[in-house]
Amino acid sequence: MKTITIVGASLAGLYAAQALRAQGYDGEVVVIGNELRRPYDRPPLSKDFLAGKIDADALNLESAGDDDLQANWLLGSPAVSLSTTTREVVLADGTRVGSDAVVIATGARARELPGTANLAGVHVLRTIDDAVALRSELLPGARLVVIGAGFIGGEVAATAKTLGLDVTVVEAMASPLAGPLGVEMGAVVSGLHEAHGVALRCGVGVQRLVGSERVEGVELADGTLLPADVVVVGIGAVPNIEWLVNSGAALGNGIECDHQGRTSIPGVIAVGDCAAWHDVRLGRPHRVEHWTGAMERPAVAVAALLGGGGWSEDRQVNIPYFWSDQYDVRIQFAGHAADADSVTVEEGTAEGHNLLAVYRRGDVPVAVIGMNQPRLFGRWRRQLNAAVSV
Amino acid sequence: MIRVCPLSALPRGEALRVDVEPPIAVFHTEEGEIFAVDDTCTHQDASLADGWLEGCEIECPLHASKFNLRTGEVDAPPAKRSIRTHTVHIEDDSICVELSDEQPNLPPGVTFGAKS
Repeated sequence: MKTITIVGASLAGLYAAQALRAQGYDGEVVVIGNELRRPYDRPPLSKDFLAGKIDADALNLESAGDDDLQANWLLGSPAVSLSTTTREVVLADGTRVGSDAVVIATGARARELPGTANLAGVHVLRTIDDAVALRSELLPGARLVVIGAGFIGGEVAATAKTLGLDVTVVEAMASPLAGPLGVEMGAVVSGLHEAHGVALRCGVGVQRLVGSERVEGVELADGTLLPADVVVVGIGAVPNIEWLVNSGAALGNGIECDHQGRTSIPGVIAVGDCAAWHDVRLGRPHRVEHWTGAMERPAVAVAALLGGGGWSEDRQVNIPYFWSDQYDVRIQFAGHAADADSVTVEEGTAEGHNLLAVYRRGDVPVAVIGMNQPRLFGRWRRQLNAAVSV
Repeated sequence: MIRVCPLSALPRGEALRVDVEPPIAVFHTEEGEIFAVDDTCTHQDASLADGWLEGCEIECPLHASKFNLRTGEVDAPPAKRSIRTHTVHIEDDSICVELSDEQPNLPPGVTFGAKS
């Protein structure tokens, strides 16, 4: 292979480029990015960057040594099509990029609330520009309503509270993070918000946003009107796969791949938030949006693309892992909460926000959560990785 | 020079965080060597003393960056900058650490004491 094109210049794209070089590929690497910026780290956008503690330079994912990547960066114009037969990628500005293999790493974008695009004071959070715009409105005393108590919502609420805003979080499910953590541990996160003076409205949907030019409030499905100066919409992410609809690639909730990231098009792999790798455990493609997956999986997919070369063909991916910093609590989770039929607190307490709890199916541990329990959590995560099939 | 603890108080495979500024982490490897490095991962705020010790390598408990305890160099990303190493002496069966006079590579947004 002489040229490999990586479509997407965020975490997964960068780690794919690094994996190509680490695994001995010495041909041309082209990296296409829709933002003008070089790869940057997104998790701090809802935390330290939003709080103004660190600047954009601190988010840079590349180190000086990455000049060794010798990549050709095409930034500022998104890819709009991929040819199944020639693997040619066409960009919005008309640039055509031919190559012998393609790595798709186009990520996901924040899901928006329909009909709110032109309403001032309504924000999503995915990019540096999003975070800068939101930060300019997080003024002490302002009333912030956060729609969605997932990772983005919970972290924005915590950051905004620290900045002195009056914060209310609305969540349609029974608790924050009910999907990834289950309702029982989600309730512990509820307690965390409440302990810090953030109002939480769970189990109720949003009817509409009120305001003509600028948002004035959020009307809930039960008729409650929450006055708001600023609204953050944190209702999940949508994979950036529309540009592939005519490519012939199998698309579902993400680009469908085998268990090592190969798409249905020969010579094309997909990694990161846009990719739904075959999950052996579930028996179907499963899209994973976690940072750690975007960092770890490119090496597996690149090995599959390059065909070995000293790397095991059957490298296993780790169990899902994520963390979330909210207030002074670091939440860490690994495994599959949905598989569990029980959760047991093994250390610390919910009220102390320092628990370690193990999820089990029967007697078998399937997931673990820690709150400010990094050492114990790390041991459990290792044991689970060794024991749980992915 | 900081007198950390009696050698017997830090069994092999264990780690100890010492609250100086910035904090340091002291490791006793399974092979019996003792190392001291800055405790805060150079990538983001996490305590390496809470990490996973294997050989003379420490894995950060947050994002799994790995550092060589002997040299401080990054063995695995996402960390980009090496961790500062300190000199360990054993005196009268106590672990003593001579702090490096190099600048620490603290993660963005993390400051300690007078430096903030």
